[in-house]
Amino acid sequence: MRDAIIFFLIVVAGTGGELCVSRAMKNVGEARGFHPAEVLRVVLRALREPWMWAGLGMMALAFFALLGALSVYNVTFVVPITAMSYVAGAFGSVFFLHEHVGPQRWTGVLLVALGVTLVILS
Amino acid sequence: MILVMIIAGPLGNVLLGKGMKHLGPVVLWPASALLHTGLIVFTTPTIWLGIACLITFFVSYMLALSWADYSFVQPAGSLAYAVVAVLGYFMLGEHVSLLRWAGIAVICIGVFVVSHTSPNTTRRRPAERP
Repeated sequence: MRDAIIFFLIVVAGTGGELCVSRAMKNVGEARGFHPAEVLRVVLRALREPWMWAGLGMMALAFFALLGALSVYNVTFVVPITAMSYVAGAFGSVFFLHEHVGPQRWTGVLLVALGVTLVILS
Repeated sequence: MILVMIIAGPLGNVLLGKGMKHLGPVVLWPASALLHTGLIVFTTPTIWLGIACLITFFVSYMLALSWADYSFVQPAGSLAYAVVAVLGYFMLGEHVSLLRWAGIAVICIGVFVVSHTSPNTTRRRPAERP
């Protein structure tokens, strides 16, 4: 039971954090080019987004939870977490960010999750 | 941006890892030892380079997300696994197993499939900004 809670905490906090950062960047709007001044403007603007801070906090939580989990479990614990994150990310994109994830993108996401699983298992 | 992302991310992690290994076991107690460790950490160039790489990674990640979907950027970011293997193989002469190459091939196919979808499906344009 404890394993399952830690597992879901890491997937939810990690993916949720990235989704929050993504939401913040959608609010900020497109960066107009890569000029350093523009990059700085976008970064400073993003830091005024509450979603950005929520996202960074959740990503930090997931990071430390994973570090803690790795000191107790072995590395194979990471495999389902990483694979699940891609699937959870696609679901989150649909429900939280209202992105359109069609069959083709789903196929790609599942292939990536499979590939990453193979890489970590090797 | 995604190219910068997938190169800077792993590079930063590797540099930080190298820097921390160079330090040896970290002593956090008593407070004087913690201060000493902190001093060494912040005077190690590899660690600064690693931090710089990770900041570069995060800024390019933010910029990519400002114009593309998360469900587009996230799979594309997995190309980092391929970069790590290729860097390890060519720069460090590491052995990369067949299973790993197979995984990387599957990742590349997946990213190729995703890249043929529209990068931005939420249609936010700069002009819509308040």
